[in-house]
Amino acid sequence: VAAPETWVLLGASSPIGRAFAEQVARNGSHLILAGRDIEDLEATAAHLRIATAASVEVSRFDAGDLSSHAAAAEGWAQQPGRLNVVLLFASMPEQQDMDDAPDLARDCIATTYLGAVSILHHLAPHIEARKAGTVIGIGSVAGDRGRLKNYIYGSAKSGLHTYLAGLRNRLARSGAHVLTAKLGFVDTALTWGTPGVFLVASPQMVARKCLAAARRKRNVCYVPWFWSPIMLIIRLVPEAIFKRLSI
Amino acid sequence: LAARAERAGDLVKVIGEDRRGGISIYGSGRSYGDSALNSNGHSCLTGRLNRILGFDEATGLVEVEPGVTFRQLMDVFLPKGWLVPVTPGTSFATIGGAVAHDVHGKNHESDGSFGQHVTEIDLMTPDGSLRTLGPRSRPAWFRATCGGCGLTGIMTRIAFRMRRVPSGYVRVAKRRLETLESFLEAFEESRDASYSVGWVDALARGRDLGRGILETAEPAADARPVAAATRERAVPFELPLSLVNPMSVKAFNAVYFHSASKEGSTALKSYRSFLYPLDAVGDWNRIYGKRGFHQFQCVVPFSEGGNALRRLLETISSSGAPSSLTVLKRLGPGRAGYLSFPMEGYTLAVDFPNSAAVESLYRDLVHVTLDHGGRVYLAKDALLWPEAFAQMYPELGEFRQVIAELDPAARLQSDMARRLQVRPC
Repeated sequence: VAAPETWVLLGASSPIGRAFAEQVARNGSHLILAGRDIEDLEATAAHLRIATAASVEVSRFDAGDLSSHAAAAEGWAQQPGRLNVVLLFASMPEQQDMDDAPDLARDCIATTYLGAVSILHHLAPHIEARKAGTVIGIGSVAGDRGRLKNYIYGSAKSGLHTYLAGLRNRLARSGAHVLTAKLGFVDTALTWGTPGVFLVASPQMVARKCLAAARRKRNVCYVPWFWSPIMLIIRLVPEAIFKRLSI
Repeated sequence: LAARAERAGDLVKVIGEDRRGGISIYGSGRSYGDSALNSNGHSCLTGRLNRILGFDEATGLVEVEPGVTFRQLMDVFLPKGWLVPVTPGTSFATIGGAVAHDVHGKNHESDGSFGQHVTEIDLMTPDGSLRTLGPRSRPAWFRATCGGCGLTGIMTRIAFRMRRVPSGYVRVAKRRLETLESFLEAFEESRDASYSVGWVDALARGRDLGRGILETAEPAADARPVAAATRERAVPFELPLSLVNPMSVKAFNAVYFHSASKEGSTALKSYRSFLYPLDAVGDWNRIYGKRGFHQFQCVVPFSEGGNALRRLLETISSSGAPSSLTVLKRLGPGRAGYLSFPMEGYTLAVDFPNSAAVESLYRDLVHVTLDHGGRVYLAKDALLWPEAFAQMYPELGEFRQVIAELDPAARLQSDMARRLQVRPC
């Protein structure tokens, strides 16, 4: 019998969260589906219990409610065995809307960066204490370079990438692993119907690739892979030229 | 323009807004007709609402979201010894679509239509309210929703009973019949079979007219484990020309007809390969080329059976239109909705590559069907016209009353609803 293992999915009602849940449920792990839409999470939990015989619990979690994070992390850490975490939630309002209403920009950062760092920082000691575990942080190609179309969201993801790199450095000392998965366009509500969106990946593919990369102890990966050369080129464009572009 | 509901909570937004051109409800797009399409309007995609919400091991009662497919249910439940009570010929269809077209399977005579197994539906109507319908609790709304082609609202939960099966296999008996008379007799004799389906050589004429192969099947009490989904082979691209032409079909039909013996033979088949033979080849429709194909499916009463089928088959074979997938089945009286297709009789389904000549052939076939008191299946139809539709579906008046009540602003729309003037103009 494999050692008991728990997966905490933060933001589990997103399509990518559901895809992760379906895939880790097949390995017989214990799942904690964390998020705000309890009714929706309960439906996913019911589905997983029927379709996979996994043990699943639903946990109310609000990334924006920072004061609740310590207790939430404490609660999840009651589970025995390895503690794995997938950080899925983010908030991505339209850049134009944030330019018009700066308060909206603050909300985007509060969820995408502050909320993410806060909950992971509360979980980190529990993972360290177990001397094992995996953290998968869902990042974004938007975080690789600030650009006109989504630089608030991009800056939050960029900050998250830096945080995850530091966390990787810290947890490596206790044998736990951190994967930063930088996603391109994924077929979710964020991209649905948006003009100019191309090379869209399915949530199932994203979850599969991320889990495979984490198993191989990759540190940073692009999903789908071809965003790696694309973002390399985008990073190499000199700022003097880049600032005139609108890509 | 399409809106996709990522979760049930999104639906109020999607359906509640007044959108130009109205909105249709689109599952997996497996219907051959235009009931899910809404040109110049909006569509709501239900594919992501695909969770199994509950299952009672004692009774087999399952509750699902509308985007759950027959394939998902088979993957999850067949290994546990449960099967859907009724299924259409493709496992890619959704349960929502199965209710909206009140589909039937190869077991209609004994088990009825899909809607007859449904115990409860949660329906979100265009005003955003959620109501629970059952065959007894709100019978008129229930009868309008089963077979109602998505015009009453969006189903958010569908409950129906699965059935126990002894294994993942059926024992299939197969034999070839040389004439239409012997075919219908053989069908009659196998009335008690759990499943029965006939394939007809639609190009055969004269004394060969109506020749074909009859397959019957019974659940097998075989202990072999359930076959996993086979690796899919797919047609990689849309062919520039249809591969389905009179010559290829004539050759195919002759070879296929003679592949079955006169004396009959039996074989063990998985439910997957027996119920969903076409699913083994992904994107098979591409062999028809980019113009695609039409399917004509009608039912004619038993009393008219031989004559009506003879006329239909003569019309098809003399037109020379190539049909390789011609299916003949017996239907019982079971139907769950006002616009349900089934009536006691023979149902014939014929595929034709799309061409200029198809429309006139289709019209001819509709007239033969009307002459014999039959009707055309809306799930397969893209060419019927309003008068013929009204004549074939005598409960249209009741249906209209319900949708006028549930959707007074006529927000739910589809190409089919407009083409057939489902709402009176």
